Amino acid sequence: MRPVTVTEPPGLDPAWRGRVGMISLIIAETSLFAVFVVAYLFYIGKSLNGPYPKDVLELPLFNTVCLLASSVTIAFALRALRSGGIRRSGVWFLVTIVLGAVFLAGTAREWYGLIVRHGLTIGTNLFGTTFYSLVGLHASHVIVGLAILTLLCVFAFSGALRQEHLERAEIASWYWHFVDGVWVVVFTVVYVVGR
Amino acid sequence: MSVLSETASIRDARPPLLVSLNDWVVTVDHKRLGIMYVVSGLVFLVIAGLEASAMRLQLAWSGLHVVPPGTFNQLFTMHGTTMVFLVGIPIVFGFGNYLVPLMIGARDLAFPRLNAFGFWVFLFGGLLLHFSFLGGEGLYGGGSAPAIGWFAYAPLTERAFTPGNATDYWNLALLVVGVGTIATAVNMITTILTMRGPGMTLGRMPVFVWEIVTISWLTVLILPPLTAAQIMLLLDRFVGAHFFDTQAGASALMWQHFFWFFGHPEVYILMLPGFGFASEIIPVFSRKVLFGYPTLVAASAGIGLVGMTTWAHHMFVVGMGSTLNAAFAASTMLVAVPTGVKIFNWLGTMYGGKIRFATPMLFCCAFLFQFLCAGLTGIMLAVAPFNWQLSDSYFVVAHFHFVLIGALLFTIFAAIYYWFPKVTGRMLSERLGRWHFWLFVAGFNLTFLVMHIPGMLGMPRRIYTYPADRGWEIWNLVVSVGVPLQIAGILIFVVNIVRSLRQGPPAGDNPWDAWTLEWATTSPPPPYNFEVVPVVSSRRPLWDLKHPDDPDGLHE
Repeated sequence: MRPVTVTEPPGLDPAWRGRVGMISLIIAETSLFAVFVVAYLFYIGKSLNGPYPKDVLELPLFNTVCLLASSVTIAFALRALRSGGIRRSGVWFLVTIVLGAVFLAGTAREWYGLIVRHGLTIGTNLFGTTFYSLVGLHASHVIVGLAILTLLCVFAFSGALRQEHLERAEIASWYWHFVDGVWVVVFTVVYVVGR
Repeated sequence: MSVLSETASIRDARPPLLVSLNDWVVTVDHKRLGIMYVVSGLVFLVIAGLEASAMRLQLAWSGLHVVPPGTFNQLFTMHGTTMVFLVGIPIVFGFGNYLVPLMIGARDLAFPRLNAFGFWVFLFGGLLLHFSFLGGEGLYGGGSAPAIGWFAYAPLTERAFTPGNATDYWNLALLVVGVGTIATAVNMITTILTMRGPGMTLGRMPVFVWEIVTISWLTVLILPPLTAAQIMLLLDRFVGAHFFDTQAGASALMWQHFFWFFGHPEVYILMLPGFGFASEIIPVFSRKVLFGYPTLVAASAGIGLVGMTTWAHHMFVVGMGSTLNAAFAASTMLVAVPTGVKIFNWLGTMYGGKIRFATPMLFCCAFLFQFLCAGLTGIMLAVAPFNWQLSDSYFVVAHFHFVLIGALLFTIFAAIYYWFPKVTGRMLSERLGRWHFWLFVAGFNLTFLVMHIPGMLGMPRRIYTYPADRGWEIWNLVVSVGVPLQIAGILIFVVNIVRSLRQGPPAGDNPWDAWTLEWATTSPPPPYNFEVVPVVSSRRPLWDLKHPDDPDGLHE
């Protein structure tokens, strides 16, 4: 074969690929959550038997504060990365992970109480069905987010994460902000409107 | 170097079979993945076509016993599911895969490995669904293939009514296919928005690329709701949730809303690329610029937007009340406006043109007539009272087969005849192409034009046989007689492809004297697509190259 020199066509800065890809993914995920939210709203008050939300649900305020705070700490991590403080950024990623893990632990505690003390499972009534599905879908997204954050954190301490990766870390942070944003909706629907 | 000696040297250097198979499996090249998408789509087309043929044999006359009733249910379920998810989607996204980077002057899609993931996940889902033919009964004793209809209405899908795992094959397979499709859509959006070559502004993109970006947006918006509903069904069936369990106070209607919120725009996801094929082919064979490019693009966006508000016209008979019925009837009729605009775009392109009736153009002409017919029966069905009369009858079956076969499959055939020379470097036989075309036009219209009549006479869909005194026999016989003609057409098509691959005349870079970027590179294109990506200054870059004295950009 004859040798060919291939130059990349100009196009946009490759960073835009990550941005547009992540935005499209977030739109798709929003659409996914929207359906579970609609199902939750539609089935409010339609359970044929107890326990009902007002009897068993408590406002998860501490949990919510932790998750919302993690959106701030991840911003600190990116700011540290931007100014070249890789270790500092790793510490902030670690704080973000801890906050996310505390949120998950809080959910686990809540579910334990609901299942063991109140006898509410996914098969008990429509409230159980929609509650565990919606909150569980969100929690599964938190777990995925934590996996991404753990990678970032490990890379920060191992030295694999460098300042030039700022763009990628930022795109990963969009996903985490999305997970937080979804929680605001879930919180409103499940614990404010649905109670 | 001449094309002949180049292909000869490629043949001499052909690697051993295992190596080249391995190359196909590990590839992340958009062209190879595109070919694999389209070929596996065509294989599934043959499978689903055989299922349809068995059903037509059973229905050819009243009281026949070709297949037992339960098998008949499985046949129409597998036929519909396969055609929509494993034929339509992979073929349109396969063409998108192959053509979009070439048309916009890119070297590959934005995320090549995600692209390969999308394809293999799709193939796995397709095989999983068909494994139900073999595995279901042997493993769990609950029947083999699913028998729930392609839209799988609740509460039939609940465990109490469909025990065993047949329904789970349907659910899981489509869940997996859906994830792959969403990944591909994300990839397409990103590629088209961020990787266009020099001078390729949005307003200069080929219409096909516009259609792909439109359906990719539709996909990320409407496919996740299906995924969500399928997760709910999974929870219902495996952990005892009650999303669609009417005995626990749930609503079976909710599944219908979720499904059709996906299901109706899905038709546009399939059909818009068909419009894209027609919009690429008709100008080239009319030797004229596409008439009204901006209106055609705007009409696609309009169809995409309005198309998301029409889903409940599939549910007129469930008793939604007159307000909702009127709203959905109105939005459905509204879709006819941008669709009508497109028909005039194509007619305006052909008007006064120097038309060459090569096979791709023949298929496009038939598409115009048949798509118009499909649109007209669509408007009839949008009228709620008329719909009450004919819902779930063979009239509806005839209507959507006019859309998906008469319009979509015809444009897919046109596209295969048109781009085959680019993909393989060889021309398909025009003589066999004409035989394929005329047999298929005759067979298709015999089957589906006539099928409207038993529908209007009251024959419901999804029945495995019917009594002799309804006057349906003769119509059903005619409908079934069309099938062998279509099979003959497909056989000639397959022969044409196999023969032309070996001994078709070499195509050269631009056999149709077309104007879009994919024809600027060699046939088949090298892995890197373009040595030097051409600079684009109009919608017809190859016209500009050939006619530097009269560039297109001045007139746009």
